[in-house]
Amino acid sequence: MISKRIEKPDARLSIGFIYIAFIALFLGGLMGLLQTLVRSGEFTLPFGIGYYQILTAHGVLLGLVLTTYFIIGFQYTLMSKSVGMSEKQRKWAWISFTMMVIGTLMSGTMILLGKANVLYTFYAPLQAHPIFYIGLALFVVGTWISCFVNFSQLRQWKKKYPGEKSPLMAFMVVINMLIWLISTLGVAATVVLQYIPWSLGMVEEIDILVSRTLFWYFGHPLVYFWLLPAYMAWYTIIPKIIGGKIFSDSLARLAFILFLLFSIPVGFHHQLTEPGIDPFWKYIQVVLTFMVTIPSLITAFSMFATFEMTGRKKGYTGLFRWLKGLPWKDVRFLAPFIGMVAFIPGGAGGLINASNQLNGVIHNTIWVTGHFHLTVATTVVLTFFGISYWLIPVLTGRKLTKQINKLGIIQTFIWAVGMTIMSGSMHIEGLLGAPRRSAFSNYGGTQQAQEWVGYQIAQAIGGSILFIGILLMVYIFIKLAFRTPKGEEEFPVAEYADPTERTPKVFENWRLWIGIAAVLILIAYTIPFIDIIQNAPPGSPGFKWPIGNT
Amino acid sequence: MHLHKYEKIWLTFGIGSLLVFLIVLGIGAFYQGTQPPSCLVTIDPQNVQAHESFKEESLGLQKVGENEYVVNVLASAFQYNLGKDDKGSPVRTIRIPKGANVTFQATTTDVVHGFQIAGTNVNMMLEPGYISDFETTLDNPGEYTILCNEYCGIGQHTMSAVLEVYEP
Ligand code: HEM
Ligand SMILES: [Cu+2]
Ligand SMILES: [Cu+2]
Repeated sequence: MISKRIEKPDARLSIGFIYIAFIALFLGGLMGLLQTLVRSGEFTLPFGIGYYQILTAHGVLLGLVLTTYFIIGFQYTLMSKSVGMSEKQRKWAWISFTMMVIGTLMSGTMILLGKANVLYTFYAPLQAHPIFYIGLALFVVGTWISCFVNFSQLRQWKKKYPGEKSPLMAFMVVINMLIWLISTLGVAATVVLQYIPWSLGMVEEIDILVSRTLFWYFGHPLVYFWLLPAYMAWYTIIPKIIGGKIFSDSLARLAFILFLLFSIPVGFHHQLTEPGIDPFWKYIQVVLTFMVTIPSLITAFSMFATFEMTGRKKGYTGLFRWLKGLPWKDVRFLAPFIGMVAFIPGGAGGLINASNQLNGVIHNTIWVTGHFHLTVATTVVLTFFGISYWLIPVLTGRKLTKQINKLGIIQTFIWAVGMTIMSGSMHIEGLLGAPRRSAFSNYGGTQQAQEWVGYQIAQAIGGSILFIGILLMVYIFIKLAFRTPKGEEEFPVAEYADPTERTPKVFENWRLWIGIAAVLILIAYTIPFIDIIQNAPPGSPGFKWPIGNT
Repeated sequence: MHLHKYEKIWLTFGIGSLLVFLIVLGIGAFYQGTQPPSCLVTIDPQNVQAHESFKEESLGLQKVGENEYVVNVLASAFQYNLGKDDKGSPVRTIRIPKGANVTFQATTTDVVHGFQIAGTNVNMMLEPGYISDFETTLDNPGEYTILCNEYCGIGQHTMSAVLEVYEP
């Protein structure tokens, strides 16, 4: 059933998405470097470019563009590989791509013109140019088309093979796109119903807390939308690369279902220090937040079980000697593996962030920035790099050469070192109280602010190392896309350790899982959301001057 | 579905510690009363002076009892209004004796701001239309930076003040 290779037209579609992801990586990485340099206090931006303008660009390019385009492109190849794609589906996929690109260009232009220095969270009542919000809306609607294309791909396969369990890859993609679809309803609602009419002057005022609540209803599932494609690679691809098997099909599916249920009704953990929300409901969502540790524990177990079984099968025994059986010199394994390691401190930091009261110690400090550069910018991004080493040659009909593999290992090493320095010093500086989203400042000359500068210089060093890593990765990308010798690179797809394992039928009862997800969302949000609306203060007019949008 | 024996142990241990952890958080919040700042009082953001605490003369440090203080803060891009001193110039430094019970009460006249006192647990969001408050006791003498930690515009890094906790 697994098709042998990705057909040319399907490959063209996926590589289209991935081109954009790498352009975003380069531009966004440059902004990141500039940010760390400005924050060191030793550097000022030329040509009147503003710090918050580059920070907006960095957040949008890396947090939204790189991630979403890479994910959708990668997921399309997983779908082509496991269930196939029809002519009509491909046409819709291109429509989706086109809408996303138009939306991205619209919002991007406004950022370039300095009309949208609102950061990637665009909190009202800061008011950007209406085209910024319209572009965002188009982008989101574009992604929805991809959701429905993926759903119809699996449905079509099911019709062809009635009664069979769906391929694991396709199952995972559909879960992730369900999370995306359900959660983006929140941002779409606030952008279309609140921001666009308000920025166009059709209404005078905007309800701040409603817009923030709708934003964060999307903002947390967003991070799982980033993470799950990495998990897809860990579960279904890495075992093949290391010469092993998938530990358990049912566990993998169970983990993904738990993510669907528990990644959405939790947005209040980003609003713990906000007024206007009853602390009882904050706590309820904190409890739901912690439920997602369970699928991550399952994943950690499955990964290490696969690693150990593989090592032992290769004849390495002893408590830890099986580690020797893993292909450390294969970048397709090494890069994601370092990503997994980063998820240990990253996940632990996440537990701290979500801990109701402890959140007050780190909320909006640079600790948070340190945290998500470990989780998304290391765990997720290094896994995406690990995927790229074979995916790009597969899509362009080339080979991953020994030389590129070696460069990839160096790239992984550079990233690990740069990020340890940058993220480590962000974590410490944040615990000392230094804020995130801030250009260099001496805060009226306090002793505390002086102590922070050393850490900011360390971040500039880490950031410079990371930027070298980005340049190297972009070079590798160009090589793999246009230069390495033609050939047929392997698309690694793992097999099951126990092919007779019976997966419970209920795992594919989509109505049931979507229903439970909806009930959990309603439980978590209905009462507090009604409270927020009923007790709403007068709304806010737009403010343009604080962001220089005049 | 089959679960490996070690996996059962792993998940039992994991879910067990999760339960203990959540119970600890719940006891902290509901029994001992350490809730995250969640003031539910609303206000008209375009007429904050209508509220007793945010009239010009109420801003800044107010002594309300024996060893008990309220600090009223009015945030706007890009400064904290902490009232005026005897000479009529804006207050930049608040001085509070060690061990006093202090309530910080703040709101904003324009966009969303943060209110954080670096090195303490005082950290809350200020949103138009809402009052935010935080009650605490400051036990360690020293100089603390008050700063805005939520993006409020291109001058947000200039939005700061100083808190001094002194030995009485
Ligand atoms: C060269 C590599 C990178 C460097 C030097 C870098 C540096 C930074 C710095 C210094 C900040 C915080 C600035 C502030 O709060 O004032 C930041 C924010 C951020 N970074 Fe990165 N970063 C890099 C790579 C990445 C990657 C790969 C991603 C995502 C996949 C990413 C996502 C973000 C996001 C979403 C923010 C938050 C923006 C905001 O708060 O509005 N970064 N980065
Ligand atoms: Cu979150
Ligand atoms: Cu501010």
